[in-house]
Amino acid sequence: MRPLLLRGGRVIDPSRGADDVADVLIVDGKIAAVGRGIPTPDGAIERPCAGQVIAPGLIDLHVHFREPGQEETETISTGAMAAAAGGFTAVCAMPNTDPVTDNQAAVGFVVRQAIRAAKARVYPIGAVSIGQRGEQLAEFGELVGAGAVAVSDDGLPVISSHLMRTALEYAKTFGVPVADHCEDPTLAHGAMHEGLVSTRLGLKGIPSAAEEIMVARDIILSELTGGHVHLCHMSTRGSVDLIRRAKEKGLRVTAEATPHHFALTHERCEGYDTNAKMNPPLREVADRDAIRSALQDGTIDVIASDHAPHHYDAKERAFSEAPNGIVGLETAFGIGMRELVEPGLLSLPNLIERMSTMPARIFHLPGGTLAVGAPADVVVLDPEVRWTVEASQFNSKSANSPFLGEELIGRAELTLVDGRPVFERAK
Amino acid sequence: MTTALGKDLIGLEGLTRAQIELILDTAEPFKEVSERPIKKVPALRGKTIVNLFFEPSTRTRISFEFAEKRLSADTVNVASSGSSVSKGETLVDTARNLEAMRIDMVVIRHGSSGAAQFLGNRIRSNVVNAGDGQHEHPTQGLLDLLTLRDEFGKIEGLKVAICGDVLHSRVARSNLWGLRTMGAEVGICGPASLLPRGISELGVTMLPRIEDAIQWADALNILRLQLERMHAGFIPSLREYNRVFGVSTERLAQAPKPLRILHPGPMNRGVEIDSDVADGPHSVILPQVTNGVAVRMAVLYLLAGGSPEWATPGSDDR
Repeated sequence: MRPLLLRGGRVIDPSRGADDVADVLIVDGKIAAVGRGIPTPDGAIERPCAGQVIAPGLIDLHVHFREPGQEETETISTGAMAAAAGGFTAVCAMPNTDPVTDNQAAVGFVVRQAIRAAKARVYPIGAVSIGQRGEQLAEFGELVGAGAVAVSDDGLPVISSHLMRTALEYAKTFGVPVADHCEDPTLAHGAMHEGLVSTRLGLKGIPSAAEEIMVARDIILSELTGGHVHLCHMSTRGSVDLIRRAKEKGLRVTAEATPHHFALTHERCEGYDTNAKMNPPLREVADRDAIRSALQDGTIDVIASDHAPHHYDAKERAFSEAPNGIVGLETAFGIGMRELVEPGLLSLPNLIERMSTMPARIFHLPGGTLAVGAPADVVVLDPEVRWTVEASQFNSKSANSPFLGEELIGRAELTLVDGRPVFERAK
Repeated sequence: MTTALGKDLIGLEGLTRAQIELILDTAEPFKEVSERPIKKVPALRGKTIVNLFFEPSTRTRISFEFAEKRLSADTVNVASSGSSVSKGETLVDTARNLEAMRIDMVVIRHGSSGAAQFLGNRIRSNVVNAGDGQHEHPTQGLLDLLTLRDEFGKIEGLKVAICGDVLHSRVARSNLWGLRTMGAEVGICGPASLLPRGISELGVTMLPRIEDAIQWADALNILRLQLERMHAGFIPSLREYNRVFGVSTERLAQAPKPLRILHPGPMNRGVEIDSDVADGPHSVILPQVTNGVAVRMAVLYLLAGGSPEWATPGSDDR
């Protein structure tokens, strides 16, 4: 592979606190040098990056790629391509496939399909319990040995407090976090957030308390066990308060929030648009603002997309009957720019930290840095371009997005994994 | 076809006072049609209407069917059992197939909130919501308004208490919007476990006990309490519900003025309403049913493009 010199971009590397106009030289799939005026090596490809941002590739800790089981909505290959197009060099795939990723063979399948796709890296997340049934612990040792980077029953909460406690204790042996989908199922039979809008639409509501009860429990169990709990897709102001207090106590608690939860509110469900249906649901303005503040001050560590593809037909039905979830990989950065950076809530380096450096750090993944010698997982971003989200432009097999037709700011121009281009935007 | 009511009637939320008055005024002459020996006018001759009922319904379905037949429309009834619906056909496919048969109107009853709007957004025919989930039941709201207007001579300034399982009630929502738009005061009465979140922010008077409602109101609209609510843990028992929230003659005797009693049916006698109240002098429950046909005739007629001045019975319009 010829050396690649990214010339004269704004190099943002939150892992080193760097933000300067500079060049990045990539040789043999690794970062070889970062600095000004790097001479072009013999045979190198030089790419001018003036006006663009060179950053460590984005990392998404929470995606659903539907393979095996629902390949008509997404495969590991199409998902990894969508990730690359969104500027992501690595993603973590949740285990709620059919069959569930609850054994080493299933983890190995995800690893092999990702290698075959050769786009963004896809790290499997193993199930907490066999079949995600919440009864018997999965073999974490075998899962991690085969390549799993975390365990989760996402899509479902770990209902039994005993099982959650055991999982947190047992996962310590292997150094992986337990990622929990926080929801008290006895409170959460609903189609949207419980509030004035659900009352008007006549839809059953999911109260914020359904999430907060489980967040509180998980924090308490983290304190009991010393285990690392990662709280998925936080959506309420009450959850933010609980996490803030847990972090003040120094507990091993990390948390993520999705772009839709910091961009949208439950009013978006009016007109029964099923692309506004997800779990946890879109909440109130005060919740959205609390999530934004939590991303500012680090109470919420990372942005994760919860990319959840669904077939067109599945969303083309009455609201209460439609499945939860939206695609997010190809819009996440543009939403972050529009909702957080443009209004001045986060700096661009902060956004990249929440989408790359921090995800790598909390799940112990390679990447998230442009340090010399690190694998060249790099994204070149155009931070200024205004573009309109169109279904036909998605690389994902599905287009269930509430952002269709909206203008976003900024997107990936070039995505490199091990120095190899896995996505380059057509001119 | 877009009319004074728009293409569809999905709910009373969003309708203007003028639109609601138009429907009620149009219903007046249609009342008389049902009193004739030959109960038919040719207003919708040549129009085809499908009654698409995904939920069991007796009263509403028959009321719509009479309304259609008395307007001379050609009607087809589709019930969920025994149709392609029970064979797994999706709502959108059902809609497209109906559209392909070039029908003029669809009357839809569906268990999911938003189903009527979903259909209306996807077909060119007029859609009338005959009840969608827990969202709205606009023709029920309209017939309640017509009944109140008949009884009191006006709606403006009336105090109407909606009592019972507001959480699960589409009738409650349609009444709330309709009454508010027409200038009535709305009271809400029921156990807190059966009231939806945020209802108190909608400009209503909260009446914690049925005794409060009886003191406050000019009319009570008593909602049906479904047996399932007890099994789902919203209330401990029907017996206790009756003891705490049931409308009885003894309780009504405490009212400072004679109340009118409305109920959308079907009634659970001895639960939310005692038999002597349902059959008593304050009850307007059967006039509600009679008005239901007239109001539905008016809605169908207006959506088909009819003007109120043509609605004079006997005139052989168009």
